[in-house]
Amino acid sequence: MISHSSMPRSLLLAGAFFGAFTFSAAAQQPAAPPAAGAPPAAAPALPPGSPLIGRPAGNEAAAKLAPNAPPPIPAAPDKLPTAKLKVPAGFNIEVYAAGMANARSLALGDKGTVFVGSRLVDKVYAIVNKDGKREVKVLASGLYRPNGLAFKDGTLYIAELSKVSKIEKVEDNLDNPPKPTVIFDKLPKDEAHGWKFIGIGPDKKLYVPVGQPGNNVLNDDEHGLIHRMNLDGSGAEVIARGVRNTVGFDWHPETKQLYFTDNGRDWMSEDVPEDELNRITKVGEHFGTPFCLQGNILDPEFGWGKSCSDYTAPVGLLGPHSAALGMRFYTGSMFPKTYKNVAIIARHGSWNRSKKVGGDLVIAKLNKDGTMKSMEPFLTGFVEENKYIGRPVDVLQMKDGSLLVSDDWNGAVYRITYGKQKVAGKS
Amino acid sequence: MMALMFASITFSAGAETIEERTAPCQACHGEKGQSETENTPSLGGQHAPYTLIQLFMFREKLRTFEPMNEMAKALTDDDLRVFSEFIAKLPKPSPPADAGEPARLQRGQALVQQHRCDTCHNPDLSGKENVPRIAAQREDYLAKTLGEYKDNSRRGYDGSMADVMATITSEQIADLAYFIAHVR
Repeated sequence: MISHSSMPRSLLLAGAFFGAFTFSAAAQQPAAPPAAGAPPAAAPALPPGSPLIGRPAGNEAAAKLAPNAPPPIPAAPDKLPTAKLKVPAGFNIEVYAAGMANARSLALGDKGTVFVGSRLVDKVYAIVNKDGKREVKVLASGLYRPNGLAFKDGTLYIAELSKVSKIEKVEDNLDNPPKPTVIFDKLPKDEAHGWKFIGIGPDKKLYVPVGQPGNNVLNDDEHGLIHRMNLDGSGAEVIARGVRNTVGFDWHPETKQLYFTDNGRDWMSEDVPEDELNRITKVGEHFGTPFCLQGNILDPEFGWGKSCSDYTAPVGLLGPHSAALGMRFYTGSMFPKTYKNVAIIARHGSWNRSKKVGGDLVIAKLNKDGTMKSMEPFLTGFVEENKYIGRPVDVLQMKDGSLLVSDDWNGAVYRITYGKQKVAGKS
Repeated sequence: MMALMFASITFSAGAETIEERTAPCQACHGEKGQSETENTPSLGGQHAPYTLIQLFMFREKLRTFEPMNEMAKALTDDDLRVFSEFIAKLPKPSPPADAGEPARLQRGQALVQQHRCDTCHNPDLSGKENVPRIAAQREDYLAKTLGEYKDNSRRGYDGSMADVMATITSEQIADLAYFIAHVR
């Protein structure tokens, strides 16, 4: 049974519902009361494109909208919230490895090494299997926001904030890895949405996104896009535009089309826009940002004179502010047959919403035409009393069909398996 | 440089109480949570989760300031927690005795409102959890820090402050620091 009470079924087709939404909720807030002490001064009008437009101030709701910074020190293995995490009947979840501060994107080496990137610290980790024991090593440090990782033919690719590097024959040199060598650095240096997810497609090309340099901005040609390039960094071309911030993508196992998650803008309202699941069907598509949001809402600021029909609509909506990040299609044989080719999506969880949404893994099933048919919870339990006790970032299918999940709040990686566990101890 | 004088201070191995262990901190940051040293923050009443992040970043050299990198380099994870919790219990700093120039205060307050500082730092700028208390912080340290966030020479734990500072000018930073330092 895949049913959890935490998510109403009405969420599944939320897109249709919000299509009819009107914008009274997004109207300008009344003037804010003074922040402290002195008599109120009139706040100057905000310039067009200001990242502050629409923000509430000085009320209870506003106080719940601060970003959630994770603790810098990884949780000890016995302090991880594993026992509180819920998976559907027949599935199990256990700790795969712990002690990796801010564990983010995952990549799998040919010899079974699991590589783990980070965003708030400077490290890439390697979880090494040696004589049946797992060990965490620091593979590289001194990097700047090394969030993105990809592996191909013995080489690990690492994306920092503004450059991509590689380490060749990495699994043969885990004890004494060479410094990464840069293959591509023609990337902007913005902090906002500057950290990257990267992937290597069935075309053996490297895909590198560049997010928008702010919450909601009229970006130049260097932002809001996905690049594709050869594995040596040559031949870079833009294959998609109108992308706000994608931090996860994968290629459909049969159609080979690229699906990517995209995070919707902040500060417009509690419930819209939603994060998106998108699909690239041809080079050069524009996915709407910052003009059209979630395929059917014109942005209150930048949407004037535009039409959503001029942009590629998402194939599915993934919840407001839910921070849909890592996603992979499941092709393994361990999980039941109904999981074949579903997209497993990590929703990091909202910060810009008074009641948290996400902080879970969901299963997105597709229709025959490739659009999203349904979204169901898969791994829940990371939210307690509207606070995070963990936050999933990325998912990775292992060769045996089990699924790894990274948690940057606790600096850990969990493993989800299906069927009877070999090791006793859990009933 | 004032700061370099302390670069060689390390924690003596024999120190036992937290008061003894934090004596080197107080040399610059003040004995009762209030700093008397230019460009050096008052620490009193600072939230432990925020201080923990900063000490961690100093130890890992993610935040660069040589004296603090040196001070933090030998600290264990537990040390970081103990120091953070001790600092949180020191009395919070007091604002300057003068009431301040009304025109500057008003400009600063308008900026605080306009940029929604209160969303994260609370309406009284007392902060919470990973968001620092900034009310009554030293004006010179506030101005320096805001400037460093703006030009990204201080790389935040995440990019939140770089994002906020993108549209704020140097003149506005001066007014903001003046107002925040006077919040009681």
